[in-house]
Amino acid sequence: MAADTLSRVFSALADPTRRDMVARLAEGDTTVNRLAEPYRMTLQAVYKHLRVLEDAGLVSRPPGPQPRSVHLEEEVFDLMDKWIERYRRQAEERYRRLDAVLAAMNETDDQKGRAT
Amino acid sequence: MNVIAETTIEADPKVPVIRMVRDFAATPEQLFRAHTDPVLYAQWIGPDSMATRIEHWDARTGGSWRFVSERGGVQFAFHGCFHEIRPDRIVQTFTFEGDPDGVALETLRFEDLGGGRTRLHTQSLVDSFEGRDAWLASGMEVGVNEGYARLDGMLSDGTV
Repeated sequence: MAADTLSRVFSALADPTRRDMVARLAEGDTTVNRLAEPYRMTLQAVYKHLRVLEDAGLVSRPPGPQPRSVHLEEEVFDLMDKWIERYRRQAEERYRRLDAVLAAMNETDDQKGRAT
Repeated sequence: MNVIAETTIEADPKVPVIRMVRDFAATPEQLFRAHTDPVLYAQWIGPDSMATRIEHWDARTGGSWRFVSERGGVQFAFHGCFHEIRPDRIVQTFTFEGDPDGVALETLRFEDLGGGRTRLHTQSLVDSFEGRDAWLASGMEVGVNEGYARLDGMLSDGTV
């Protein structure tokens, strides 16, 4: 996944309404009308949010009988998780080096403690 | 209290922030020293495949720092300012000189768990989601190239 794709994903999810839409779509596909029900906004505004989610690759509206259903592309989240997991592992690796440094400090500090 | 033996990470969806938490078998004072003593810092900050050289280091409130990591003749330089240094808290800026316009604001907090254990909380705030994603992407690159050979070695010989 390219950096700009990930950026689109993050900015798409920066909005609370869109995060709520994603959360509800995680339970299963639905129609735009049903998706719009809980929100106090025009259908047009809902379509606008959907467009942002679609552009980020987070949702799709597969062609089919009307009304078309809205589908969550869960694999995009898997990719995002992978990026974050790699970053986390790199930090964990750094912290294991820090563990070793701290362990060596412990020994030195103990020796100093005994000497005094 | 649960022990956070492995780094936990959170990428906030609302603000371009990365938060991490990790426990250490050390006192807050030792953890503070490992972050402020340049000789100790150079031993763990860079990836194993790189030699880290501290070029400038003034770990005081209002001070600044710069270090260079090198691998196969290629240098990666970083610099920043120590905004605030306290025994339980370090606030500093962080810039990779390959991306000189990018700057992260890092807040480190040392939480004393007692019994010679300390929980490190770190938060990195960057100026945009794009910036954070580039950050994550660079992590991916190094992580992949690095491999985990040395880590495995440290685990098996008891260093870790």
